[in-house]
Amino acid sequence: MGTMKLKGRGWGIFWLVVGALYLLVPLYGMAQFSLETGPHSYGFHWYQTIFDSSQFRSSFLLSLRLALETVAISLVLLVPTVFWVHLRLPRLRPLFEFLVILPFVVPPVALAVGLVGLFRPVTWLVSTPELLAFVYVILALPFSYRSLDAGMRAIDLRTLSQAAESLGARWTTTLRLVVLPNVRSSLLGASFLTLAIVMGEFTIASLLLFNTFPVYIEYIGETKAYPAAALALISFVLTWGAMLGMFIVGRGRGRTHTEVAMTR
Amino acid sequence: MSTTELVEEEAGGLPVGTGGGGGAGSARRGAAAPPRRRRKWLAWLGAVPFLAYVALFLLIPTVEVIVNAFRGTSGSFSLANVRQLTSGQYASAYVASIKVSVATALTGGLLGFFVAWSTLQRGIPRAIRPIVTTFSGVAANFAGIPLAFAFVATLGTTGVVTVLLAHMGLNLTAAGFTLYGFSGLVVVYTYFQFPLMLLIIIPSLEGMRTEWREATASLGGGAWSFWRYVGLPILLPSIASAMVLLFGSAFSAYATPYALTSGYINLVPVLIGSVMSGNIVANPGLGDALALGMILVVSVAVAIYVVLQRRVSRWAR
Amino acid sequence: MSKLELVEISKRFGAVEALRGLSLEVASGEFLSLLGPSGCGKTTALRIIAGFEHPDVGKLLVDGRDLTAIPANRRSMGMVFQSYSLFPNMTARENVEFGLRIRRRARAERTARALELLDLVGLAGTANRYPHQLSGGQQQRVALARALAIEPEVLLLDEPLSALDAKVRVQLREEIRRIQTSLGITTIYVTHDQEEALSISDRVAVLSLGCIEQIGAPSDIYREPRTRFVAEFVGTMNRLDGKVNPDGSIECGGLCVAHGVALGDHAPGEQVIVLVRPESIVLEELPEPQAASGDLFEGRIVAHTFLGAVTRVTVSVAFGAVTADLPSSRALGLSPGTRVSVRIDPSGVRLLSIGTSGPGSDGSGPTGGGSGGSGPTGEAESPGEEGSATAGGLPTRSAASL
Repeated sequence: MGTMKLKGRGWGIFWLVVGALYLLVPLYGMAQFSLETGPHSYGFHWYQTIFDSSQFRSSFLLSLRLALETVAISLVLLVPTVFWVHLRLPRLRPLFEFLVILPFVVPPVALAVGLVGLFRPVTWLVSTPELLAFVYVILALPFSYRSLDAGMRAIDLRTLSQAAESLGARWTTTLRLVVLPNVRSSLLGASFLTLAIVMGEFTIASLLLFNTFPVYIEYIGETKAYPAAALALISFVLTWGAMLGMFIVGRGRGRTHTEVAMTR
Repeated sequence: MSTTELVEEEAGGLPVGTGGGGGAGSARRGAAAPPRRRRKWLAWLGAVPFLAYVALFLLIPTVEVIVNAFRGTSGSFSLANVRQLTSGQYASAYVASIKVSVATALTGGLLGFFVAWSTLQRGIPRAIRPIVTTFSGVAANFAGIPLAFAFVATLGTTGVVTVLLAHMGLNLTAAGFTLYGFSGLVVVYTYFQFPLMLLIIIPSLEGMRTEWREATASLGGGAWSFWRYVGLPILLPSIASAMVLLFGSAFSAYATPYALTSGYINLVPVLIGSVMSGNIVANPGLGDALALGMILVVSVAVAIYVVLQRRVSRWAR
Repeated sequence: MSKLELVEISKRFGAVEALRGLSLEVASGEFLSLLGPSGCGKTTALRIIAGFEHPDVGKLLVDGRDLTAIPANRRSMGMVFQSYSLFPNMTARENVEFGLRIRRRARAERTARALELLDLVGLAGTANRYPHQLSGGQQQRVALARALAIEPEVLLLDEPLSALDAKVRVQLREEIRRIQTSLGITTIYVTHDQEEALSISDRVAVLSLGCIEQIGAPSDIYREPRTRFVAEFVGTMNRLDGKVNPDGSIECGGLCVAHGVALGDHAPGEQVIVLVRPESIVLEELPEPQAASGDLFEGRIVAHTFLGAVTRVTVSVAFGAVTADLPSSRALGLSPGTRVSVRIDPSGVRLLSIGTSGPGSDGSGPTGGGSGGSGPTGEAESPGEEGSATAGGLPTRSAASL
């Protein structure tokens, strides 16, 4: 047993080191590349050019705008729906749980094919980037819906709303004054992940021909590896920020809530 | 509409409380049938916006894909597009996609399992665990375009590690490795696959009780017996179902291979992209057929996942 | 020769000394319980015997063979854990067969043996059920059968009943004892429940802070506790501070409380701790106030708790309070406020010198019968507290003796 324990520890350290190297070395390579301005000369030159570029600014702002719109649409659509399903339509829950898994089954590429086929005749919609925000709500659905669902399950919604009802509150008042404050951390968690998804989504934006931030990174990367590394690092920092935000709001709930958005 | 009516009629005969708290309350107040029915209708109405949204942006586009896959150039029903999938470049794209997905499900799955296992070993400080899971959350979400360029900077032709290894006398290209082919894809995909595996599998590993190991020892079994008869049989359904998820995650990936190869690798998602942007034959039905194939493959994976999850819960407490 | 012997075992986990020079001998076929509060080292001792922990110092002998360095899987100790130790992926029968499977016995042989053992523990009909389909009590029966299947040198049970309902607990402990007797297997049983330990064992070892306080037959442990810790941990005990009078009677707070107590080596004039079981205190209802005479003194009922066959009564007396157990039939008329005469049965009195209270009893230690449902312990504690208050600053704490 004593030797077994030591063996376990030795292998444990080995695999932890392998895992850490796997995760860290590419980050190091990316960072070094982004700072390399010539043979053996380093500086923030590439970052300078990026921040000066109007294309960067417009694509970044577009992605940011879409991210906020996606979060807003998600919340407006999902908060009342999840509340309503919990309270009045519990029999529909299996159906809803099935629906929100579907975005896993339909890969983003396939969804893009369908969207183009469906909306091509609607020219005004296909040419406005807000279409992306509507679609991203679907991509984020497995996480945003389940996060809200778990949040509302945790607070015994029925008792709370019956208590509010007995005090004379309408359901809208209940939702606003009783439910929302109690599910705030799951709302925030879902919003952070949605943010990360939209800021990194390439597939649908590229196939629907919109110049979002990831599309811009790819465009730069096709020809210039060094600025692309700098852009990748900026993107990485964004992911970190979103995850850290999720971690911080999730901490209050006593568990670290880690979700993975499957937008490759 | 008539079916909803029927459901409503049935629900009306049931004891209070089936429809939800509010409905039960109104019934108890002894409201007459018409107002009650109206409230019931309103309850169903509450689900409409969400259902309509999902229908418009997910279900109908998916149906569109299925219908268009079976539509010929003339617009009538045809198997021509689907038939194309079984041969040539298209068939080999599926084979390549499945190969890459299986390979990275295995590499990512095994590496993720071992790292997850390591964080739970005695003698490894507990403080490591939240660091590992948080970082895995970031890494698993850090994918797509930026990940591809991070690897270009690391293992590309002038990448940091490539240059370092060249100094040490190891030529990666000569050794058969290229970031822009199958081996490169496996290495890059593994970057997001193994943290994903780790996050999925850690709860199952935490569920392994020390009593099982000690009971095995007291009955005469060593580490091998424990893993052979107890540990692996208990974990295998979880490991397998996690790997199925990894398979799906790799199979759907578009951005990473596209950025690595500038769209010149023959994987199904990349191929669909090319068809859509008209780089290949401008036949829209072909893209739909390819997409339908993808949906089918992922559906099979999800079905396997569901079956395996049932097995997991058989032993769940 | 003893079956199993622990020689001067010490074990430390970081800053915590779990065992301090523990020595123990267990005879072949004996049922020995290790009894003590949590943290006393009883589980560590058991895990050292099983081979899951290794002692820093000391030896473990089985049949005279030194097993200290032998790994757990080559010791052949049958172990039953607290709970959840069954392999969830195997049926009850497969669990029982497991040890034989590792020993590469033929399939037919091990199946027959498993069914035989499941029958022995009363689970013949559930051989093909998975652990999650069994109740907690059934799971522990299977665990027992699994441990017995390998015909172990020693059977080790680590609080096997602590996760079960009270009723199942009593039923299963009797069955464990029946099976142990019929197989004649040497057994070490760890528990914090003194009632369990007393009812099931040939001998009980009471542990505190990594040492054995007292080891002996259950009745000896109960009737003749040798340290304050044992007196208070096993059963409920009134602890009074008293003095031996020149005529051999015992005095508490100026009142003579008992004549004819076996004094042992306690000399007249010595300050002593007087230990009295609640059942050795006799109460009679008093119509009139009366002066203390002989060994009879007066008290007033403060509280009473119905415990079924007996009623536990707290009586306030001149020097504090005492707890008495009366047959419930006789306690009917006694409500709080009733005046009673109190008599202490001298054959139920034990005396301890103030200095010999032993390592475990530093005053803050647990009193009463652990958490095993042996009844209220708070009442037993209060007379002691009151008693030490009247002792007038005498050193009743024994930390110095550590």
